[in-house]
This record gives sequence, C-alpha cells and structure tokens, in this order.
Amino acid sequence: MERDTRPAVVVGAGPAGLCAAIELKRAGAPVLLMDENAKPGGQLFKQIHKFFGSQEHRAGVRGIEIGKDLLRESLDLGIDVRLDTEVVGLDPNLKVWAVEGRRRSYTLDASRVILATGATENAVPFPGWTLPGVMTAGCAQTLINVHRVLPGKRILMVGSGNVGVIVAYQLIQAGAEVAAVIEAAPALGGYGVHTAKVRRAGVPMLVRTTIVRAEGNEGVERAVISEVDGKFKPLAGTERTLDVDTICLAVGLTPSIELASLAGCRTFFVPELGGHMPLHDEFMRSSVPAVYVVGDIAGVEEASTAMEEGRLAGIHAAFSMGYLDSGEMERRTADTRRRLRALRQGVFGAKRFTAKERILAEKEKECP
Amino acid sequence: MDREENYICRCEEVTEEEIRAAIRGGARSVQEIKRWTRSGMGICQGRTCRRLVERILAEELGLSPGEAEPSSFRPPVRPVSLDSMDGSKE
Repeated sequence: MERDTRPAVVVGAGPAGLCAAIELKRAGAPVLLMDENAKPGGQLFKQIHKFFGSQEHRAGVRGIEIGKDLLRESLDLGIDVRLDTEVVGLDPNLKVWAVEGRRRSYTLDASRVILATGATENAVPFPGWTLPGVMTAGCAQTLINVHRVLPGKRILMVGSGNVGVIVAYQLIQAGAEVAAVIEAAPALGGYGVHTAKVRRAGVPMLVRTTIVRAEGNEGVERAVISEVDGKFKPLAGTERTLDVDTICLAVGLTPSIELASLAGCRTFFVPELGGHMPLHDEFMRSSVPAVYVVGDIAGVEEASTAMEEGRLAGIHAAFSMGYLDSGEMERRTADTRRRLRALRQGVFGAKRFTAKERILAEKEKECP
Repeated sequence: MDREENYICRCEEVTEEEIRAAIRGGARSVQEIKRWTRSGMGICQGRTCRRLVERILAEELGLSPGEAEPSSFRPPVRPVSLDSMDGSKE
C-alpha cells in the first residue's frame, strides 16, 4: 500500500491528542500536533490529585506527572508540536485553517484529522451571574493550580460531581474557605473518595439545593440558595443567604464539536456523556472516515479513557495512511481496547460503557 | 442592573425573557433565535450560551433536550483578527 505523505493533523494537545500523535509518530507517519495554548497537556497539568484505576492505568499517579511523561515522550519522538495555534476551520476535504499566535493565518491539507478538542464547561444562568466572582470550576482550578492566584476567600461550589468536589478540595488546599457545595439532584454526584475529603474538611454538602441569585455591587458579596422540588424548581420559603465572594459553577461539560460539525461529522445526542457528540466507530472514526474524534469531544469521560482513545485513533490512522499493516494495527490496538474496556467498569464506568455502545450502534446503523 | 434580569448571552447582553419572547414569536431553532436576538453572535460565538439557549428552546417547545434542532457552526470558530488573514498558505 502506498503511504500517504500528507500529514495527519491532531487538534488539541491534551491527553487524547498527545497519545494520538505519539502513536502516529511511532508508526512513522507524518504528524502535526496543534494546540491553542502556550503549553501542551490540556487539563492534565491542573490535575494535582491522584488518578484511580488499576496499576496499568497509572492509578495513584497525579495527572500532572502523567502529563509530564507524555510530553517527554512526544519530545523524544520529535513530534512537530505547534503551540499558540488555533484551528479555526476545517472542511470536509480536510483543509485545515489555523491561526498561529493570533497573527499568522494559514491553511494546509491534511491526510487525516484527529479531533481532540475536549469539552467546554457548562454554565447555569441566574440573576447576578454576570458579576465578577462568578466563574466555572475549571477557571478557578486554572487560577489556583496554574497561575497560583486565589480567586476569592469564601467560595460557594455549585455542583457536586467530580469536578465540583475535586476543585472544592483544591481551593481549600490553596487557602480558601468553601462555604458549601450545593447539588440540585437528590444525591451527590462525585466519586466517594473525592467527596469524602471535602466532607472531612467540614464543608456542608447540600443536596436538592440550587442557586437563586448572586448579589453584590462591584462583585459577588452574597449568594442566595434555595431548596428545590422534584422538578428542580426553587421551593418558596427555603431561601437562605451565604456570605461568599466567589461562586464556582461545576455543572457539567459539553463536547467541543465545532470543528467536527464543520467537517460534516454526524452527531448524536447522549445526555450522560455531555450532549451532542460526533458518532464514532470502535477505532474512533467519525462518519467522515478520515476524521477521528478522541477524548471528551467523543463523549465526556476521563483523562485515562481519553488517552486510550487517542492511542486507538493514532494507531488506526497510521494504518489507514499505509504506515502499519493490518496485523500490526490489530496487535497494537488489542491492548488499548482491553484497557479501555477495563476502564469502563464499576458503577460509574458501566454507565459510560453503555452510552458508548449506543454511539457505536448508531454509527453502525447510520453510516456503516 | 435589574436584580432579577437574567442574562443568557453575556457577550451580546440578551436576556432569558428576550429569548423566550423570540420563541413565542415563532423562532424554532437556535439559528433563528440567534438571528432574532443576536444571542451567540458575540466574541465567544455561543460557547457559553449555546447550551442554555438550546435548553430554553426545548423547554418552550415542550421537547426533550435532544430533540430541539442543535446549533450549527461556521468558520472561524474562534475570533480571528482581519490582519492575520493575508491569504498565505503553508
């Protein structure tokens, strides 16, 4: 088979994109890795907590260490990493439009495109949410763990999923006080280990509770919270006021599908994985065969699954470009697929596994 | 600011009331709401308000969140300065 010498372009240098680029390069395929940030690693360098899973999934290792290892590997392999480079357009013929340093705009023709664009944090609107001091939990995490700036002294965390409880705990570690973690659902949403740490720190965890409004003049001075009924509507007479200067929103993530959509990838709605996302097959190929989707864009999960998906796509793309034969592709992806299956077990994992199966089935049905 | 005013699109300062009014006036997709109210046309290009508008649309039309027509996208998906576009090709 003749080898395709046009580069595979990987968009996003987080855990999924880095792993995809590493596998492509290892197979000898030409690859360009682009990321809008000044540093690669995506969210990994904000993850100062230890990961879960088994030994082979690097359980007990902090996200930041995993990021450093991936970076070292990509540097050792000599991958062409273009930082400060935003991919702002993509068409179905795989013409990539990139803007470097916000100054230089160019296009290039890719042989394959691997979209590892991640997810965007959701917002929840309430009167006063435009006041300074209201931010997403990821924003607060960037401030403390990357820029080392405390966003405020007394914080209300809205949302008790993993992002909410992990960031709440890291805010406490960084020196802030967390006034409460509130959750609209009847049960807390995060992993027990993370939730327990926040609880042990004495933070009230209030379920069936929502934020009604933020008050203040120049910035947030108070948050008014209220209990909710079964339809998440505030219950009259249950309002109370917390004195806080910061409100963090940890209310889920939405796959960043803009580029996939421009390339013509068909999407599917999977609420438990974050909303609309591109359909993909077991090798992470979208409905546009030369476009792969990996990591949170293909359904919001975790860094560990994102890395395995990146590997799968990288190996398969290298195969489809003629750099690996089918036996080698099968051999290299077998372990990855086994690890991916292992990561989707347990109470939380099984739910994600079932959702992923639905995406594969829909892909098979809609565009076999 | 009116204490009870609830902004949905922060970039273009479009309130929840204005979005609901557009739907009640006949808008049936995020696209149409956007053209009607300018929500999602600001600097973030709907990255914050897209989901919120989709939810309000589904709510007003009595649809489940997956049933409302999803947003569409066009390049550039990030704000780009005109000076960066001198047509150079790599």
